[in-house]
Amino acid sequence: MSMPPSPTLPPNFTGWFSSRGWAPHAHQLAMLAAAEAGEDALLVAPTGGGKTLAGFLASLVELAERPRPGLHTLYISPLKALAVDIQRNLQSPIAELRLPIRAETRTGDTPPNRRQRQRRDPPNILMTTPESLALLLSHEDSHKLFGGLRCIILDELHALVDSKRGELLSLGLARLSRLAPNCRRVGLSATVKDIPALARWLSKDATGAGVRLVKGSSGKAPQIDILVPSEGLPWGGHMGFQSLPDIYKRLKATTGTAILFVNTRAQAELIFQELWRINEDGLAIALHHGSLAVEQRRKVEAAMSAGALRAVVATSSLDLGIDWGAVDLVIQIGAPKGVSRLLQRIGRSNHRFDAPSVAVLAPANRFEVLECEAAIGAIRAKELDGEPPGPGGLDVLAQHIIGMACAGAFLGEELFTEIRRAAPYSALSRQDFEAVLDFVATGGYALSAYERFAKLSRDEEGRYRIANKRLALSYRLNVGTIVEEPLIKVRLKNGRTLGEVEEYFINGLAPGDTFLFAGQLLTFAGIREHDALCIKGGGQDPKVPVYAGGRLPLTTDLSQRVRQILADPGAWPHLPEEVWEWLRQQHYRSVLPKADSLLIESFPQRNREFLVAYCFEGRNAHQTLGMLLTRRMERMGLGPLGFVATDYVIAIWSVKAPNAQQTRELFDEDMLGDDLEAWMAESSMLRRAFRNVALIAGLIERRHTGDEKKTGRQVTFSSDLIYDTLRSHDPGHILLRATRQDAARGLTDIRRLGEALKRARGHITFRRLERISPLAVPILLEIGREQVYGSALDDLLAEAANELVEAAMPDLAPKQHNGDEGRQHSLRL
Amino acid sequence: MSIAGTGIAAGANLHLGAEAFVALQGGALWHPARTALLVADLHLEKGTSFARAGHLLPPYDTRATLTRLKALIDRLQPQAVYCLGDSLHDRRAADRLLAPDRALLDELMAHGGWCWITGNHDPDLPDWLKGERVAEARLGDIVLRHEPSAALGGMELEIAGHLHPKATVPLRGTAISGRCFIENGRRLVLPAFGQYTGGLNVFADPFRALFATRFHAHVIGRERLFTFPSDRLARAA
Repeated sequence: MSMPPSPTLPPNFTGWFSSRGWAPHAHQLAMLAAAEAGEDALLVAPTGGGKTLAGFLASLVELAERPRPGLHTLYISPLKALAVDIQRNLQSPIAELRLPIRAETRTGDTPPNRRQRQRRDPPNILMTTPESLALLLSHEDSHKLFGGLRCIILDELHALVDSKRGELLSLGLARLSRLAPNCRRVGLSATVKDIPALARWLSKDATGAGVRLVKGSSGKAPQIDILVPSEGLPWGGHMGFQSLPDIYKRLKATTGTAILFVNTRAQAELIFQELWRINEDGLAIALHHGSLAVEQRRKVEAAMSAGALRAVVATSSLDLGIDWGAVDLVIQIGAPKGVSRLLQRIGRSNHRFDAPSVAVLAPANRFEVLECEAAIGAIRAKELDGEPPGPGGLDVLAQHIIGMACAGAFLGEELFTEIRRAAPYSALSRQDFEAVLDFVATGGYALSAYERFAKLSRDEEGRYRIANKRLALSYRLNVGTIVEEPLIKVRLKNGRTLGEVEEYFINGLAPGDTFLFAGQLLTFAGIREHDALCIKGGGQDPKVPVYAGGRLPLTTDLSQRVRQILADPGAWPHLPEEVWEWLRQQHYRSVLPKADSLLIESFPQRNREFLVAYCFEGRNAHQTLGMLLTRRMERMGLGPLGFVATDYVIAIWSVKAPNAQQTRELFDEDMLGDDLEAWMAESSMLRRAFRNVALIAGLIERRHTGDEKKTGRQVTFSSDLIYDTLRSHDPGHILLRATRQDAARGLTDIRRLGEALKRARGHITFRRLERISPLAVPILLEIGREQVYGSALDDLLAEAANELVEAAMPDLAPKQHNGDEGRQHSLRL
Repeated sequence: MSIAGTGIAAGANLHLGAEAFVALQGGALWHPARTALLVADLHLEKGTSFARAGHLLPPYDTRATLTRLKALIDRLQPQAVYCLGDSLHDRRAADRLLAPDRALLDELMAHGGWCWITGNHDPDLPDWLKGERVAEARLGDIVLRHEPSAALGGMELEIAGHLHPKATVPLRGTAISGRCFIENGRRLVLPAFGQYTGGLNVFADPFRALFATRFHAHVIGRERLFTFPSDRLARAA
């Protein structure tokens, strides 16, 4: 794994490594060599193994040998906390080697006086975030700060590229390359599926050429076990309570810290409660998720680093970044959902590079066992998943153009050429660029009303420039691409803040309602000055916070592997006995879904007719399919009553059963054409996408000048009003195009669904059964108790409204709740 | 519920004193006895009023508002149209009206029977507006004004605008908001009719003084109205 020090590493550095009992890793030296050759470099390596140092080593050596004032290296991380942590870690070689290097952080938390000083007298190494970089680049003197830049290090690159933050960063990099043409780019990434795509993203010309690829040693293969609860495997549910007694035993047997990863914040709260209920030994078990107050999270992190915790129940809030000290065990409770993400989580226990990571997967039901098996199979075969980054958003481009107009006058032609060097925008058409520029300047409306209020002014040579200082200030207040749901602080009566939850959740509570948050039962007392005031304790039956962003869709690769396991009886003996028996029973009573056909079952159950389709296309796609199928069934006169979707299956219940011919017609792929278009335009998903686009593009503001409060409620104007108005009066507007592009990206599942329906044509296996099939049991158990998440939340909202109306005024309410989009959306404005 | 022969469906019946009204899904109030149409807070040219501050919002709100009003007038053929104040968003709004929008407004006013009640946003209405221009009007026993009065005397009945009422309905761990009519049988506050008008929750302070006890909110849905008693509504946002 490590090699003798290369001659390029100065003796004092070699000495420093050996003083710590280390030797430089091969990939660290390879990165050094790439730097000496002046090449861009991409390091792909699993967690641990000194990846960050590999990125910095060349800069430290260069600055040690040729000390100089001014900014030399820019380090960009997706997390503020990571930037701070790396800065701290870098202090030890700098201090111990007495290097003449000043390394500082600059984030949203940096006080204004230090920010000003940093621009006047920059450190040699600056650690920052994509948003802070955008801000620095919008200053008129940015060329002074960055002119001498030699190196840009991009950490956790895999976590940035496929996001709007990544797009903004790519545009910033294109500008940096113009300000400092000789600056090297260094990317640090976890193992990913598509390394060439990452290299293209990193490169200066979007081709990937000229990027030296360095691969870190992959370390030992992780040890992964599946834990089947000794109490028996549940048929339904996703929480994983049944596994907790066994998990608790593992915690007691583990000496160091264990991380218990779960999939949603609500699940984290419940698992944490339940663990403490059985925690007879009083093990130090903590809770960590993104809604908790920052101070509380920092406390947990510090306790972890100090080795004071036996277990932490966490969501993706601990997926990234910082090395949390001695984690000996990672337990994934519930379905893994994706291979790359699971591997990242498992890697959290890899604190010693020469020891394998140890992980336990605790599936919560039978289908999740299959998913866990599939994930382990993929990890063994080293087949990762992940979608390739798509084309850059036009809303992000609009924001960047405003920033560039703040930095100085530009010609359209020049800026267009610069922007096309950023990989996400390498295929941007001149026409789209002009449309975005026009939007930024005067709104870009078919009806020109704003010539005299143009945000960009033009001089005689046609150079654009920001029209006034107030606009520049407003840009700086609203920079960034992270759009949050409106949040409300959860505060105790004594004044202590526990964290923040989505506003809509609090609005759904009546005073006296109880819910779990921050690991405790709270009673909602009321809203006081924009905070949710709560009292500790309360009744028996808590509502649990349900969060919009909690649930991740199943990746295509993983769902394909699950299908393969189902279709291959030879693989079944490896499965837990209960699962094997389940599949054998299905084989006996119905048939198993085959890889090349779509299985649809129909059976009566409790005076209703059920139609169950095994599509394996992910929950989001199935939700959409459910809406469309119920519409069609309505038209066929089958009287659909409701549907429920999981990642694997969709079930619809109705008054009458479709016959084989009707079933084939139901699943005809043209459904995606005729009904989808109509559904989409009205859907809450597009409305939400438009809100994000309008905020990022700067049409509406999150923060006014002179208003420092930072909540989603500060939006100056209702985006829904604008969306409806634009849609009917200017349907070709660039922001509507950006919205559709955005939604299409979130709709990979729908494209998947379309392809699946196309494949299924002529390959539908239809089984009319006398009774429910074994494979259909889990989905029917979802009915009635299923939590509503994400986009489904909005779509089912109006249904709930109708139920309420029906209860209040039986004569007014529509009698059926599904299959009628108009009614489903009737209350959302 | 539907208004016979008009194609306008789904309203909510309500009474103020002895007078019967229909709250329409479009946000207007219909008085069948006098075939009168009442709207509040059109806020014409609100979109363009943001431009000076750098918010170049889609400049189509005036067109959209007037088009929706035209649809109602065409179908209901009212004898009288009452605009309950804040018809223009600001004193310069009339200058910013685009020619086609002005023409549309002229066409609507040609029907006759218009009564413009002044509001805080439009105390000085332009001369070219046709019809009556007043601070208050009467519809039988009912006073029509822009701002609801702090205290209604004795048997006084009132219809007002100004506050842009909005109600939030809690549902299964979440909530939905919409513009609404709010009334208690003596006082009715209309929702804002303008395309770009936001809303104020019916439990916000200005409403507390006006609707001290129980009231009903007729919440505007996409295709119909939903009526909720005040105790079924969320108190925030």
